[in-house]
Amino acid sequence: MPILNIRLGLPDLSRMRLALTFLMLLAMALPGLAEPQTLVIGYLGEQRKPPLPLGPLDEVVTDDGLQGARLGIADDASTGRFLGQQFRLQQVILKPGETPAEAIKEFAAAGLSFVVADLDAPQLLQASAAPGAERMTLFNSRAPDDRLRQEDCRKNVLHTIPSHAMLADALAQYLIWKRWQHWFLLVGPHPQDQAMAAALRRAATRFGAEITVDQPWTFRPANGRADTGHVTLQTEIPAATQVSDYDVLVAADEADEFGAYLEGRTALPRPVAGTQGLVATGWSAVNEEWGATQLQDRFHKLAGRWMLPSDYAAWLAVRSVGEAATRLHSLEPTAIGNYLRSDDFLLAGFKGQGLSFRSWDGQMRQPILITGPRLLVSSSPQPGFLHQRTTLDTLGIDLEESTCKF
Amino acid sequence: MQVLIALVLSMLILARSAWAETIYVSNEQDNTVAVVDGVTMTLQDTIEVGRRPRGMALSIDKKTLFVAEGDDNRIDMVDLARRQVVDRLPSGADPEFFVVHPDGKRLFVANEKDNLVSVVDIAAAKVIGTVDVGVEPEGMAVSADGRTVACTSETTSMVHLIDAATLELIDNLLIDTRPRAAAFSPDGKQLWVSSEIRGTATVFDAATRAQTGKIEFEVPGIRREGVQAVGILMSRDGDNAYVALGPANRIAEVDTKTLTVRRLYLVGQRPWHVALSDDQKRLISANGNSGDISFIDLENQEVVKSLPVGRGPWSVVIGP
Repeated sequence: MPILNIRLGLPDLSRMRLALTFLMLLAMALPGLAEPQTLVIGYLGEQRKPPLPLGPLDEVVTDDGLQGARLGIADDASTGRFLGQQFRLQQVILKPGETPAEAIKEFAAAGLSFVVADLDAPQLLQASAAPGAERMTLFNSRAPDDRLRQEDCRKNVLHTIPSHAMLADALAQYLIWKRWQHWFLLVGPHPQDQAMAAALRRAATRFGAEITVDQPWTFRPANGRADTGHVTLQTEIPAATQVSDYDVLVAADEADEFGAYLEGRTALPRPVAGTQGLVATGWSAVNEEWGATQLQDRFHKLAGRWMLPSDYAAWLAVRSVGEAATRLHSLEPTAIGNYLRSDDFLLAGFKGQGLSFRSWDGQMRQPILITGPRLLVSSSPQPGFLHQRTTLDTLGIDLEESTCKF
Repeated sequence: MQVLIALVLSMLILARSAWAETIYVSNEQDNTVAVVDGVTMTLQDTIEVGRRPRGMALSIDKKTLFVAEGDDNRIDMVDLARRQVVDRLPSGADPEFFVVHPDGKRLFVANEKDNLVSVVDIAAAKVIGTVDVGVEPEGMAVSADGRTVACTSETTSMVHLIDAATLELIDNLLIDTRPRAAAFSPDGKQLWVSSEIRGTATVFDAATRAQTGKIEFEVPGIRREGVQAVGILMSRDGDNAYVALGPANRIAEVDTKTLTVRRLYLVGQRPWHVALSDDQKRLISANGNSGDISFIDLENQEVVKSLPVGRGPWSVVIGP
């Protein structure tokens, strides 16, 4: 059944109309597509206090995560329109003080089976334990906490955001590949900084780096944007980094309070890596390899800003559901849930190889980008780090180390 | 004696001219096309072209090389006698791959950014039509009779079949994750499509559009994620298909009747596309990560040479 689809240099409006006509004709013309089925995916986010921008070039973003999920729906629809599958996002954003239970109840009442849980660890655990959630799959697209993959792992949670352990291992492999083996670890005061530091210490032991200096950051964060901010920092940072020799300063500063002040100001002329400087991350706007240019362009067009790691993790979650539906030719939730967790599942994620979920803790195995401020520096796993199953499992908590019991 | 030498020399020259063959390789990171003598297997020249050259094809008269320039949103026309860009064609946004229609008058171009296939009239240097396809169109193929154009879309995981005359979509077929290249068999009966992420090639009956087979590539010692299928080329007699396996650094030779892999050739790093010499005895692969091309002697079944050609070799075309 041929479908009219010729366009000869038409203006944009006519193009859109024709595209719509095309879709309608398609829906009418293809047998079995007359009544497309719809799968609704939940998005559960939290209203967050936007972080204070560190510098004038920093964008304040209040919709990270959500926009990634939205793009995932659009990408799912691109195959779905040919298979009679439609996808829709139902979103709930928690206000400060609200707990996720009510939202899960709402999702359960609407018959939802898949929810992008764009939540911090405590809220994620609450959501996964809420009545109704036991029949759902929640995708953790926000919380990197290793405990969520270990003692606090949950059967109904899959993780698309990389864990602290994966990020730390990815960075460690690159630093070892560079032979920058002596680290000066500088750790912020917050629990998340401590968690990242613990992952970095673990990675150092695993891959043969030596943490020659391990120090907490004790200075009160100065406001570098005051009129004489740079003068203060120029004096304070050398004092704070006055330590015996090392190869690379590794910062654990998840809140972005001091890490960005280090580069170019340390007492010794050494590079900065970790949460600032050379950063290991699941996603970055600098990635344009493995076809990522197109994903970045689509995202920018949709959201009017660059794609952040939480956007990418939410996109992965929604795409995972779509990919399963495509391969199964079905929107049946149990089948999709089983397929996601099977050995056959493989998602294209613009990082050079197929992505899948680890059976032992539900973590999505994926390459980790090593990024500079403007360009991609590398991608881990690094060459030479071998594994009996897949080198992607050299990043993060491996089967033999897992303490997760569903 | 002198007569004998003269005789031998003239035979050599004759043999050489009969063999004369030039290999063109697009270097996507250098913005150049490398010119390689196919007989001596040496680098002869490097032609400056636009930014990020990837897909290439010869004109029907084999005098012009079309080069798709993704970052310049155009197709350069290289005069092969002068070895320089002499003209440009519009292509729609971000052209990656394209085919020359057998009518010699039109190019069908995949616009990766816009989810379109653009049809370019070569003589008029104009885009004369577009076709909506899935997200991230990439691989292009045209049947020998010129009736059907195939376009893969990477994120949509489909191959779209287009009526080349009316520009209507004939059908959309689901492929394994991230399809890359498409190829029709020379007799037009089969359509092959590769999947990068799955490392497979799916074979369809071109007439009924039913799936007739699938090849799942495996390379001993390489994990599943490392075996990815990209470029596909069929021999002129249709007996063999050659599939570049990307990060597995191999070219697979597939028996098109039994759909079994006859052998794997170890080439340079990350081969993208391959080309066959006119006598069908030599296969050349463009190896993206090692910056070289590999020459495979198909009669003796061995890789005989690798030749550095520039940074990011992507596609390879053989001309007179």
